[in-house]
Amino acid sequence: MIDTLINLGYLISAALFIFGLKGLTHPRTAVRGNLLGATGMLLAVLITLADKHIVSFEVIIAGLVIGAAIGAILAIKIQMTAMPELVALFNGFGGIASVFVAGAALIETTLGGQVPIMQVTVATAASGFIGAVTLWGSLVAFGKLRGIINENALLFSGQQVINAILALLGLMLSAGIVLDPSSHLLYWLLVLVASILGVLLVIPIGGADMPVVVALLNSYSGLAAAATGFVLFNNVLIITGSLVGASGIILTQIMCKAMNRSLTNVLFGVLAPTGNSATADEVYTGKVKSATPEEVALLFDAARRVAIIPGYGMAVSQAQHPVANLATLLNERGIQVDYGVHPVAGRMPGHMNVLLAEADVPYESLKEMDQINMDIDQVDVALIIGANDVVNPLARTDPSSPIAGMPIIDVDKARTVVIIKRSLSPGFAGIPNPLFALDNSLMLFGDGKKMVLDIIAALKES
Amino acid sequence: MDMFISGITIFVLAIFVGFEIITKIPPTLHTPLMSGSNAISGITLVGALLSSGTQHTVTTTILGFSAVVFATINVVGGFMVTNRMLAMFKKKS
Repeated sequence: MIDTLINLGYLISAALFIFGLKGLTHPRTAVRGNLLGATGMLLAVLITLADKHIVSFEVIIAGLVIGAAIGAILAIKIQMTAMPELVALFNGFGGIASVFVAGAALIETTLGGQVPIMQVTVATAASGFIGAVTLWGSLVAFGKLRGIINENALLFSGQQVINAILALLGLMLSAGIVLDPSSHLLYWLLVLVASILGVLLVIPIGGADMPVVVALLNSYSGLAAAATGFVLFNNVLIITGSLVGASGIILTQIMCKAMNRSLTNVLFGVLAPTGNSATADEVYTGKVKSATPEEVALLFDAARRVAIIPGYGMAVSQAQHPVANLATLLNERGIQVDYGVHPVAGRMPGHMNVLLAEADVPYESLKEMDQINMDIDQVDVALIIGANDVVNPLARTDPSSPIAGMPIIDVDKARTVVIIKRSLSPGFAGIPNPLFALDNSLMLFGDGKKMVLDIIAALKES
Repeated sequence: MDMFISGITIFVLAIFVGFEIITKIPPTLHTPLMSGSNAISGITLVGALLSSGTQHTVTTTILGFSAVVFATINVVGGFMVTNRMLAMFKKKS
């Protein structure tokens, strides 16, 4: 009887998670959606604590208190610009929890010399494997985003062969666990192998591809939870895990599509400029015009429509607040200001949107790529701050370029383009950007935040 | 075997539900979606509570305790940071 009640309670939790995600389909309902999800989680935890097999609560309470304190501190202290790191870290924690739970379950079920059925051992191996790959992959992603590990793609010969051998070894160890579940050492060896694989899979992926990796690891953390659900025969874990798995996969697809690259290309491929592309000197020499903040302020004064295109550079120089202030100032003068956000701008899906929301930019002003492109030729001034590859017209014009076919924001079609950038250095794709050399382009060389503040000052003086 | 089949059935159906809902979430909310889904993937906490509370052996208790800590960080941190982000999304006043 009590088991039936517990399972019904889990069903309600799962339903609350689904309603919670549904709330996220609009900013207006999103806060409530998140609260519904949290309520579902609270319910699941309380029901579980009523389980008659639990003999002691001290350890549980200690764990809950420590975890809640760390989680709360992280959530309150984290800067919005560092959100990709935090999400990467949380993905990893989900992975390690699955590894431990599956490991403990394996030990418990084999205690009295019982032999668990094959499905359980297969799920245990899957849980340990996916969990460990998620943990170490996420830690490397965290390190790269945080700048502890070199952010560039780190490539060495034989990478693919080593990965294949590790994957094969993982399969063999999994088979060993299925055949002899009582040899727990095999499980921990599997976790070790998967850990090394997790590191090696993410190490070769460079900074601007991080949105794909973070989304993919998000999916893995869900799949690890679902596998743990199969170990424990627990439906709420299976349902929730597959929801998160699906979410991560969809985001991964969106990110890949926004770069016109396949997932395999992102994970294993190398972005290399092809031989016949123009060099930076050919593209830039004698054509790049540099402007002062005062000149840019004059441009704004004469404009009726302005589009701001943010990129990762805006996050690096923490320029979101000055950018929002500039937009407010222009609004006050009757100028319409929109933001054009490319799906892969920043280091995780939606990164720019969160930063701009932090700076009190209303979400109606945040336009998706297709929306902003529709009437970009009506825009008087397009201001690009910290973006490069996502506004490179070569994606449209040069089929041999590494970014060929990537959907971009067509700022080159705006009447004037102002680019705030430290130097003419290339973006992640490593190719020059002919946008900078266009007749209607002006470069404003300097730190993003400082330049925007200078423009504001110049506007106020005029 | 029956339990396994029903488990797989639930798994596949839930993936379909996930696809249906998540494709409707606008790009503006993709970061909160990730941190929020992160928080609910902390559901592993349920399994962790059982491992640490049943106290079969010292090893399983330690594993369970560590899993409780990590999963709780995920759950509490995830929901709180999502709430913090979502509260920032405002309409034009």
